[in-house]
Amino acid sequence: MRALFARSRLIVIAGYLAVIVLAPLVSPKGYWLSLLCQIGIATVFALSFNMLLGQTGLLSFGHAVYFGLGAFATIHLLRAMQAGSWRIPVTLLPLAGGLAGLLFGVALGYVTTRRAGTTFAMISLGIGEMVAASSLMFPAFFGGEAGVSSNRMTAPGWFGITYGSQLQMYYLIAAWAFLCILGMYALADTPLGRMANAVRDNPERAEFVGFDPQWVRYLMVVLAGFFAGVAGGLNALNYEIVTAETLSASTSGIVIMMAFVGGIGHFAGPIIGAALITVLQIAVAAVTEAWPFYFGILFTVLVLYAPGGIAGIFAEHKRLFDTGQLGPALRQYLLKLLPFSLCAAGVITLVEMAYALANTTERGSAPLHVFGVTLNAARPVGWAPPVIALVVGVLLLRLISRRLSAKSERVLTPLMERA
Amino acid sequence: MSAPALRLAKVRKSFGRTEIIRGVDLAVAERERHAIIGPNGAGKSTLFNLISARFPLSSGRIELKGEDVTGLRPFEIRRRGLSRSFQISNIFHNLSVFDNVRCAVLWPLGYRYSFWQRLSGLADASERADAIIDAIGLTRRRGMTASLLTYAEQRALEIGITIAGGAEVILLDEPTAGMSHTETAEAVALIRRVSEGRTLVMVEHDMSVVFGLADRISVLVYGQIIATGTPAEIRQNPAVREAYLGTGFADA
Repeated sequence: MRALFARSRLIVIAGYLAVIVLAPLVSPKGYWLSLLCQIGIATVFALSFNMLLGQTGLLSFGHAVYFGLGAFATIHLLRAMQAGSWRIPVTLLPLAGGLAGLLFGVALGYVTTRRAGTTFAMISLGIGEMVAASSLMFPAFFGGEAGVSSNRMTAPGWFGITYGSQLQMYYLIAAWAFLCILGMYALADTPLGRMANAVRDNPERAEFVGFDPQWVRYLMVVLAGFFAGVAGGLNALNYEIVTAETLSASTSGIVIMMAFVGGIGHFAGPIIGAALITVLQIAVAAVTEAWPFYFGILFTVLVLYAPGGIAGIFAEHKRLFDTGQLGPALRQYLLKLLPFSLCAAGVITLVEMAYALANTTERGSAPLHVFGVTLNAARPVGWAPPVIALVVGVLLLRLISRRLSAKSERVLTPLMERA
Repeated sequence: MSAPALRLAKVRKSFGRTEIIRGVDLAVAERERHAIIGPNGAGKSTLFNLISARFPLSSGRIELKGEDVTGLRPFEIRRRGLSRSFQISNIFHNLSVFDNVRCAVLWPLGYRYSFWQRLSGLADASERADAIIDAIGLTRRRGMTASLLTYAEQRALEIGITIAGGAEVILLDEPTAGMSHTETAEAVALIRRVSEGRTLVMVEHDMSVVFGLADRISVLVYGQIIATGTPAEIRQNPAVREAYLGTGFADA
């Protein structure tokens, strides 16, 4: 029997383990720790989503269902323990979330996986809406607007761990996240995992090598439901409150963004995406009220110009490095840096001015500070600099791109003629 | 006398009002190499799609090794020992050549929907896949993504996926379509080798391939089999000669 993972993989896994163990030491501030907790939860959730999209080719618009129901199951279990005399250590509670996700996967997946492609996407959207709607229809279970809350110190873990401090909670999340990531990574290298890829590529041929594509999809939805449920359980324990928000369409949407931005074609993609989006959500929201707008721009630009996401960009540049083309590529980026910054500055200023104008209470005055400069969006002349910056930036970008492609043609054409 | 490997009885198929297969009876004996020929539009590919359960029958009955398999799903037919190739390469585009072939050996080796076994640790699946890749001459392309293969290589992979699982009955739909002379010769040698001891049914346009490989030939014209016999019998058959009039059949 060979080792479970090859040596190069073991190094990566050990490195990742070191990072998550040491991460809390970076900053003693409370928000750093709560940020890490959110990243850990989002990572498991995004990876479970990508089991469907990246590995099986199923675009789900309702993945929050499994996350949210896992969260509600966990919080209700905690409340039941509060009321009763029996105890399950909190250390194990995320498993309850996972089992809830798995059970709902068994029930709902049977309906959703009958068809792939657009049909699956639409049915997942419908079921997502259905569950989100029932969260308002059954306030006794879902807690209505206020949500359901409890106290995680009700059932202490082992060795005197009470999860009273956020640091203990972080290590609980880190441990579960690590196990889940290992589990999902291992799952990709099983007969079912590979056949999920086969069904994604060509369901018909999968049928002609003996597999029922519907059953493959179903099992993947059930297993993805389990991991999403664990993430939901961790979420419930972390915040000690679960609201209808956890199973809403916006939660389903954010996980799609995480997976796409990180890259659905690589296992590590959703891990990168989960971390990045979580950080941006907090960092950008702290600076500007218009943060969802910037998210939209980031998402659109990435899907258009880097459909492989950030992991895809890394892979592409590793390929360039291996073939010795990284130098010229970096020089191109350097050339484009200035016009790109002009464009970005123009767009950001325009968005902020529009936002200030729309949300101002005083007529004729919409002051705001962008890049250290005070602007007044109410005065038409104030709009000129960002518009000029944007136009000049776009023109320069086009000019550079045209020059570069002409140059590469001059180099390539004689080569091709010789060949 | 055991049951035929494959038997079709009064098989009919209509698309809307158009009847494409109009009552086909056919029996292919175990370990026989059987070719189905016929002019374009005769319904050869449709017949294959019926046998392999890609399309449902309109009426009639199909038996595999004496067992009624009418109305089963494609994966059920595959599990009962019938494997088919496609005229247009039907492969797993984003998987490597190795993974394409390995996917085809998983079910027959009994791994099924397992998510508790490590795929790269399944030595028998890897060895079998590598043996097939060697047989179809793609060893140098083993790690390459299937969509990047040349046309001829994809055709070879198509056959590789079909035979990898060791099915007893193999259906090949125009295995040499679009191949050069050299490639065709290699493909014929490969088909001869891998169909040894198995039952082979093939649709083929290249008459030199048909007459070189087949033990028996059936001629399908307008959805009906007008003749079945040895290559010599088919060559002499006046009805066949008439159906193929002016197509150079007699010169083959």
